[in-house]
Amino acid sequence: MVVRRRPQRGHRFTESPVLQLALQGWRSRMVGLLLMAAFLALVARGFYLQVINNDFLQQKGDSRYLRDIEISASRGKIVDRNGDMLAVSTPMKTIWAIPTDARTMTAEQKRQLSGMLDMSVRELDGKIASEKTFTFVKRQVSPETAERIAAVKFPGIHQENEYRRFYPTGDMTAHMVGFTGVDDKGLEGVELAFQNSLFGHPGSRTVIRDRRGNIVEDVGATKPPQDGKDVRLALDSKIQYLAFSQLKAAVETYNAKAGGAIVIDARTGEILALANWPTYNPNNREHLSGAQLRNRAITDTFEPGSVMKPFTVALALEKGKVRFDTIINCAPGRMTIGSATISDAHPHGALTVAQVIQKSSNVGTTKIALGFAPKEMWEMFDSVGFGQAPNLGFPGEVNGRLRPWKNWKPIEQATMSYGHGIAVSLVQLARAYTVFAHDGELMPLSLTKIDDVPPHGVRVFSPQTVKEMRAMLEMAVQPEGTAPKARVAGYRVGGKTGTAYKIEGGVYAHKYVASFVGIAPIGEPRLIVAVMIDEPSNGAHFGGDVAGPAFSQIAGGALRTLGVPPDSSVQVAEVPVGKGSI
Amino acid sequence: MLRFNMILLMIVVVCALGVVTSQHRARKLFQALETEQERARQLDVEYGQLQLEMSTWANHPRIEKIARERLHMVTPDSTVRAAQPAAIQKGAH
Repeated sequence: MVVRRRPQRGHRFTESPVLQLALQGWRSRMVGLLLMAAFLALVARGFYLQVINNDFLQQKGDSRYLRDIEISASRGKIVDRNGDMLAVSTPMKTIWAIPTDARTMTAEQKRQLSGMLDMSVRELDGKIASEKTFTFVKRQVSPETAERIAAVKFPGIHQENEYRRFYPTGDMTAHMVGFTGVDDKGLEGVELAFQNSLFGHPGSRTVIRDRRGNIVEDVGATKPPQDGKDVRLALDSKIQYLAFSQLKAAVETYNAKAGGAIVIDARTGEILALANWPTYNPNNREHLSGAQLRNRAITDTFEPGSVMKPFTVALALEKGKVRFDTIINCAPGRMTIGSATISDAHPHGALTVAQVIQKSSNVGTTKIALGFAPKEMWEMFDSVGFGQAPNLGFPGEVNGRLRPWKNWKPIEQATMSYGHGIAVSLVQLARAYTVFAHDGELMPLSLTKIDDVPPHGVRVFSPQTVKEMRAMLEMAVQPEGTAPKARVAGYRVGGKTGTAYKIEGGVYAHKYVASFVGIAPIGEPRLIVAVMIDEPSNGAHFGGDVAGPAFSQIAGGALRTLGVPPDSSVQVAEVPVGKGSI
Repeated sequence: MLRFNMILLMIVVVCALGVVTSQHRARKLFQALETEQERARQLDVEYGQLQLEMSTWANHPRIEKIARERLHMVTPDSTVRAAQPAAIQKGAH
């Protein structure tokens, strides 16, 4: 801009010396300094807030509107081979309180709340009398109840999501599936064995919330939750139900102490059913006893008795020591080795090797067994899996007891040949029988469903030996054998009974373990069923009488369930047209 | 000069209003998304509960009880296969 200057013409009015203000110079400087100082103070304060104290203030600010939200992840389901639910998590609510706030509730409110939570007012008072800043009032409350509580808005009462595990099949699969604790941690069974894959990892996200608690914006990275993976067991819930109900019936009929049953797929080694009695309801675990919790089929060992004979005889066949029809003199039904005497339950005369199995002669088996070196026998027992855990990955698996062969005495070798002086679990026994069902190969067992090619077994016996052994096992369920009651209508089956004395305090007591391990159908094996009944009474204790019928029911039902065509003669009955619905 | 500044100011004000509106819209949409996601979670939970209910209704002891007691069904004797005469004749030819 252009400034026009006036020409100088004497003094201007304001420049009159009289009107000149006689201000001292320091005053203006003073004001300037003060202002400067005030500015400096502001800058210093700003520096203090923005740089030195920044983190603290930022944090305070964030806490006003930023929230970390946990995104819960659910635990994986456990399903059977057909996808039926065995264990499933569903959300529940936890009711918790801030005690100091909760104590401001009126008596009327307290009564209302305790009524909704199904607890007494005194109990509620006890919970909120706590000096802590946080206390659980009740965990695992149903979502409906929680909603009603939320609607009333009790002071100091809050809710939190959590999951509860349900077991729809209940006591039937209790030992197999196991259960979890409140914090989603597997405590027993498959829940424990597959804890790592079942467990869901919760995610989290940081959000900005407005005054009304609505989420307005996501801030920063979101950590997505990882739901636990589902576990598909090899178990077939129909066969499991059959095994469980028949086992229960057998235990109750013979007033026994306990029992176990296992069904294995002979082709793949999958465990189709595993039942124990006594059992418990995993959905309501109050008043549980150790006996109920024990998964006997896997964690308990017993002296198996005669179900071991086929292994001894198969070894003799394999080594060429005897043939199918070699005659063995079992008269007079007793035999003395050292100071001990071995006897048969029923004395027999001369028997063929096949008849030794059919009639379950201890003397005959002993005579065959004494032809082996201890090492040979030990190696055979070892190769069919006795004395070593079955490697299912199941908690509490046991090795059983198979003593080293170096200090076997002849009497021990003799008793071991018919299943005494050796301890096995039911699952080991059932697994060992895969040798006979799978053409001489010992199959690894599997808890989970095998979708692709089943694993290869380890060869123990030749197919020829096994073929002969299966013929002997089939003879055992004929009317002349020990277990005619184990026959299955419509199918050819085979198996071996076991009736073993129990050891109590180091001596054999007059208590028995009755067992039956069978293969069905025997011509083209599909299933191995092992049944064990502990301390049967009510007048029967032989394996063929006690465990045989249960085998028959389980095997028959399971074969029908699997749609295996009958291979035994079937009569055709004529039914009038129209009514013939089956 | 002044007019140019005024135009700039106008543009700034318009932009600011635009930011406010779009922010508002974004939050609205975000809330709608949140609501839908919450609904999806709820439905998921309900699905789980229904599955649970289904397996409770379909448990084997209950089925067996109804089959035996209400429908009077029995396990067929498996050595005997019933067949309609027509089927037998058909099979014979």
